[in-house]
Amino acid sequence: MTGFPILSLMLLVPLAGALACLFLDAKGARTVALAATLINLALGAVLWLNFEVGGPQWQFQEKVELFHGFSWALGIDGIALLLIELSVFLMPICIGASWNSIEKRVGEYMAAFLLVEVFMLGVFTAQDLLLFYMFFEAGLIPMYLIIGIWGGADRIYASYKFFLYTLLGSVLMLVAMLWMIHEAGTTDIPTLMAYDFDPRVQTWLWLAFFASFAVKMPMWPVHTWLPAAHVQAPTAGSVILAGVLLKMGGYGFIRFSLPMFPEASAQFAPLIWGLSMAAVVITSLIALVQDDMKKLIAYSSVAHMAIVTIGLFAFNPQGLEGSMLVMLSHGLVSGALFLSVGIIYDRLHTREISRYGGLSINMPRYALFFMLFTMASVGLPGTSGFVGEFLSLAGIYQVSTWTTAVCGTGIILGAAYMLYLYRRVAFGEQKNADAAAMPDLDLREILMVVPLALAVLWMGIYPESFMAPMRADIAALDARLAQAKPRGDASIAVAKDKPAPAEAAHEGAH
Amino acid sequence: MDWVQSLRLIAPEETLSIVGLVLLLVAAWGGDKAARLISILAVAALVAATFMVAPALCGGAMGPDTSAFFGQFRADAFASYGKILIYLSAAASLVIAPAFFERYNAMRAEYPILVLFAALGMGIMVSAGDLLTLYIGLEMNSLAAYVLAAFLRVDGRSAEAGLKYFVLGALASGILLFGMSLIYGFTGSTSFSGINAAISGGVSHGVVFGVVFMLAGLAFKISAVPFHMWTPDVYEGAPTPVTTFFATAPKVAALGLTMRVMLDAFGDQAQVWQQIVVFVSLASIVVGALGAIGQRNIKRLMAYSSINNVGFMLVGLAVATPQGASAMLFYLATYVAMSMGGFVAILMLKDADGEAVEDIASLAGLSRTRPMLALALAVIMFSLAGIPPLFGFWGKLLVFKAAVDGGMIALAALGFAASVIGAFYYLKVVKIVYFDEPADVVTGESDVWHKAILAVCCVFISPLGFLLTGWLGRLADTAAQALTAAI
Repeated sequence: MTGFPILSLMLLVPLAGALACLFLDAKGARTVALAATLINLALGAVLWLNFEVGGPQWQFQEKVELFHGFSWALGIDGIALLLIELSVFLMPICIGASWNSIEKRVGEYMAAFLLVEVFMLGVFTAQDLLLFYMFFEAGLIPMYLIIGIWGGADRIYASYKFFLYTLLGSVLMLVAMLWMIHEAGTTDIPTLMAYDFDPRVQTWLWLAFFASFAVKMPMWPVHTWLPAAHVQAPTAGSVILAGVLLKMGGYGFIRFSLPMFPEASAQFAPLIWGLSMAAVVITSLIALVQDDMKKLIAYSSVAHMAIVTIGLFAFNPQGLEGSMLVMLSHGLVSGALFLSVGIIYDRLHTREISRYGGLSINMPRYALFFMLFTMASVGLPGTSGFVGEFLSLAGIYQVSTWTTAVCGTGIILGAAYMLYLYRRVAFGEQKNADAAAMPDLDLREILMVVPLALAVLWMGIYPESFMAPMRADIAALDARLAQAKPRGDASIAVAKDKPAPAEAAHEGAH
Repeated sequence: MDWVQSLRLIAPEETLSIVGLVLLLVAAWGGDKAARLISILAVAALVAATFMVAPALCGGAMGPDTSAFFGQFRADAFASYGKILIYLSAAASLVIAPAFFERYNAMRAEYPILVLFAALGMGIMVSAGDLLTLYIGLEMNSLAAYVLAAFLRVDGRSAEAGLKYFVLGALASGILLFGMSLIYGFTGSTSFSGINAAISGGVSHGVVFGVVFMLAGLAFKISAVPFHMWTPDVYEGAPTPVTTFFATAPKVAALGLTMRVMLDAFGDQAQVWQQIVVFVSLASIVVGALGAIGQRNIKRLMAYSSINNVGFMLVGLAVATPQGASAMLFYLATYVAMSMGGFVAILMLKDADGEAVEDIASLAGLSRTRPMLALALAVIMFSLAGIPPLFGFWGKLLVFKAAVDGGMIALAALGFAASVIGAFYYLKVVKIVYFDEPADVVTGESDVWHKAILAVCCVFISPLGFLLTGWLGRLADTAAQALTAAI
């Protein structure tokens, strides 16, 4: 497959689809959007089949000197490959979820969605720093429009908050990028990943990148845009926001912060641990008291993302692999959960949990799938959630037992709020007549949830399929981090002196 | 340096002067009936002048061969870059005018002639090699501009704008002249190279005062904070085609002139003026962004937007390096396209009777009644906000890259952070146009010329513009090189 610009093609297909959708009527736009995303899914399958596991680190590379100051350089490693697969897999489902629920301005909606896909794939494939930044920022525009035009009642506030929060985060990153380009004299990401910046400067660069990725991730306490955006966005918007856009933050850490600034990453690891511990406990407790289903799942996303960050900053292969798997699993599961909420929202037009009840009686098939996704979110063994969370926690245990202990409670709290949600929605008596009269899943909805359910089970039962492509890249990253790895508090050999990181992390939890 | 050579170098200026004078005679005998013919001829003259100056830019003209009349006038690549932008924006301002003025029966023959003379003055400004040339060009442009601002005689706001512009403009010219006289007194020369030589050993207090006064006068002309107060009033009151003209060509001329004075005459003593420019730049970014938030009139909003953008461009000047100058020139080109597009889009906002709509709230739901116009507005707003992948981003990136490379990281970080404030009001326009329920106010038909110019501007600032980065970047580099090599 060498030489064929498949990555450019994957960007071009949705772009062409988006332009076509602008000029089509509702029916035509839906068909074109579905066709474009399905073509991209097929291309994604081709990409995966042709990806050489254990081959060169960067594959499918393309480089065209189209511009002055930066170049059209694309290429992927295993980490990017998996996130691309996640994106192209979720996109047709998003289009399906919007099939009937979006009635006004369908052409523009589909165009905005396809543009989101272009920019997401661009972020994961870009091999040029400025090209990456452009894709990273450009995604804001269509997402702003999706939330603002097709969102719920309070959509204007949510769209502003989403846009300005993320923009403020990323402009600081741009200054850091400009300095790096000045210092290293190149915009090529693989080169920069191997460039050793002065550790004193790394501190500042790391903070600038952190400002952007922490907001995008989102990490506590800069997560407040997420519940607002999620609640107000249309179902498909929430799916893509939780499923893929949040992963840009994690991808940013794994692609930029860790390999480019290893010393600074080690220096700030206690900060990350502290924020993650706070996030797990606080947002889980907040999720427990929510009346709004979407808000509950949004807060659970913040908690899950905290598991990702502790895995990333565990500085060992288990943690890194675990956090990648949590990202993939969370992409599938939270997407599926938002979809499940959307399915009943389409019927009753409310997200209030107390308006539902006893759905397992009149919607047994729905209750089954919802159960599966709930369990996957909790992290039941056999579902995708378990593998990643276990690996992440196992990874962080080697460096900070305190963090492991606190974040471990997240699993228990997660079970509490998810099962409580499930009980209130699916079990109990059918106290609302209109909820009790809702029909079960139709064919379109089954076609959307079955692939998600299969993927969740696949990742839970045989995660090796997903770990194999990234193993070499994780190993390379681990080798890069070895020079700065913080000492652990769990290995007996170093038990004599108390390590400082654990104390700082402990303080962060208060 | 002989006279023939000098006269050959100022051929574009000669063409414009002669055409302007001839057209004045045509207007005297032909009256307002000839207005259309005069417009067409004026556009032709401007386009011809553009072609006459283009070779200097493409050929990278610089050095002593390009200086006419003993260094008073410079026809180098830098001047050529500025003049191309000026002449083209002046021509576009003429093309869009008839559709607007004819409604008020105000399409008089003076309009194209005044624009022509203003463009001539601006061409002299960017070519200035001497304080006196500078002043002649500046006043030639300003006198035409004062009349243009008050061109719509029946409209009280237009008259007010003209008067305000004249009083404040005259004051600024006085301040500028005072600064020039101080500099002449303390350096003994009015030519930029003479001043440069005189201060090479160090700067006396008198010269510092002179520089401060000159910068104050120039800051007025480029509407930079704290001398920006006239801008919203003049932009709002002047007829929209005139505002379009004000927001494009004079910005290029005044910024080009400022670059000439600072980087050429005072280029070796940058530390004298750098702090002032840093302050003016940051203040313009912040005040421009904050001031725009409460605006209800879209022309006033665009006025604050232009203050904001001038602040970003001055970042390039504050660095005082050739790279900064080049970034600034690049930004100017994209800014002219965005500004032109923005005001042409405003011209196209008309209600069913053809009356101009300037109230931002009346644009509600424009995306459903006029989808293409709404899309163009959104593209322009996001581009002005500097959000990639629109082309406006690249200009911002270049000036801040110059700042980072020049060691002014704090300036870059503050400027970028302040750009987020600016994003807020650009988003507000997009929100009103796209999110709100239709107000069905803007229903009037648009002129075909307006559509054409808007389309050209939008394609330029769309992501397709990035394909031009190489070509435009080289031209800007050449122009910047010519500027810094002139010393």
